[in-house]
Amino acid sequence: MPVTLNLPTVLSKLAEGNKTLEADGNTLGEVVSVVATRYPELAPRLRDENGQPYPFVTFYLNDDDIRFNGGFDAAVKDGDEVTIVPAIAGG
Amino acid sequence: MASTVIDGSATETAALPQLSNDEIHRYSRHLILPDVGMTGQRTLKNGRVLLIGAGGLGSPTALYLAAAGVGTLGLVDFDVVDVTNLQRQIIHGTKDVGRPKIESAKDRIADVNPHVHVEAFETPFTSANALEIAKDFDIIVDGTDNFATRYLTNDTAVLLGKPNVYGSIFRFEGQSSVFATAEGPCYRCLFREPPPPGLVPSCAEGGVLGVLPGLIGTIQATETIKLLLGVGDNLIGRLLLVDTLGMQFRTVKVRKDPTCPACGTREIQELIDYDQFCGIPTAAQEAAATPGEVRDITPSELNARLQRGDDIDLVDVREQFEWDIAHVDGARLVPLNTVASALGTFDKSREIAIYCKGGVRSKKAAAVLVENGFTKVLNVEGGILRWADEVDPTLPKY
Repeated sequence: MPVTLNLPTVLSKLAEGNKTLEADGNTLGEVVSVVATRYPELAPRLRDENGQPYPFVTFYLNDDDIRFNGGFDAAVKDGDEVTIVPAIAGG
Repeated sequence: MASTVIDGSATETAALPQLSNDEIHRYSRHLILPDVGMTGQRTLKNGRVLLIGAGGLGSPTALYLAAAGVGTLGLVDFDVVDVTNLQRQIIHGTKDVGRPKIESAKDRIADVNPHVHVEAFETPFTSANALEIAKDFDIIVDGTDNFATRYLTNDTAVLLGKPNVYGSIFRFEGQSSVFATAEGPCYRCLFREPPPPGLVPSCAEGGVLGVLPGLIGTIQATETIKLLLGVGDNLIGRLLLVDTLGMQFRTVKVRKDPTCPACGTREIQELIDYDQFCGIPTAAQEAAATPGEVRDITPSELNARLQRGDDIDLVDVREQFEWDIAHVDGARLVPLNTVASALGTFDKSREIAIYCKGGVRSKKAAAVLVENGFTKVLNVEGGILRWADEVDPTLPKY
């Protein structure tokens, strides 16, 4: 059972409309790489040119902010759930 | 903070304002509610809540806080009511189009609950006035519509030690949390820096489901009332994510970041230039950065030239669904995100006039063409909205 990624609508458009994606990897960074390869248009919205997360897109691994658990180096296991939350500003 | 009021001594309770018989009648459903009651209702009457923005989020928040009997509502807004606001900004009505939002909101609040005192600030919320405006309020509610004002609102709340009840919306999705309490994280703990300008479209550009700010704004109102009363568990250290299409509510943890420059290290000791922080160029920078080859043209001028038969490639860079609402006869559609891949359809020897809805996307498209060696590029000022005003009043505006 791979890792599940939950995408907000604004990013799902760049992943052929999929709001959830599944991918394998040992770390979150590996999972993001798999997804970035699968959907090249989505890639620059998930990570910067150095392969690191942006300060305005927060990744949650099982509802906890990954910045406090090693960032993209955080270990993931089958069945983990990753939620991607971009900053939005509308009001 | 209010929680100290409700947990406080009998003396503090005695200092709370009394309710008139009219008010007791009006608030009867609160008065019989455990956790509110007479003391709670008097606490609400004593409450002072500042709403930044009287738009999509501010509308339901203000209406419910007023109805609930929060004694003083501060409103900050400098906009006027536009007919396109009414799809979601339910505090304003059709009769209010053209009026300052502050005045319209004040009238509506007075109708909902004449016992509420409104302090109106008809001004942009800026680094120069934020601390002065916010200092006498208990709670700040972030109903703003741009990143610069969100960071300003957050830093103001952190510096003054007041909770920041946050809500934000885009298309079909919303977020809410409570930031800047003594023990909890702040907005900068969640998003250290804003996205570069232009990456995240505004609601004016990207659209928003009208009912969405209703959902998020009422969550903000709920959290505000709970904070005032000191009851329940607030969204402190939690971010609520609302997806109206999937109709899913999810809560993720927001941790207080010890390296946060606002609430962690506290290196932010005063309000900064938030436009600069958000990468928004000043007018001078923008003028300097505009590629020399792009010339602005007004719809009237362009129409006159088209009428006399000038050979101009008129290009609409909006989306298909916008084209379907209204477009200029003789134009062709090349949505902004396809311009770079459609360069082969443009002719360098011809003049190219680009329009969008209001003039923002056309500027970006013009820049793409100029970068690729096109020299005869015209940007239609004010887009199709101004075209409708100046040239063809039969076009629907949206």
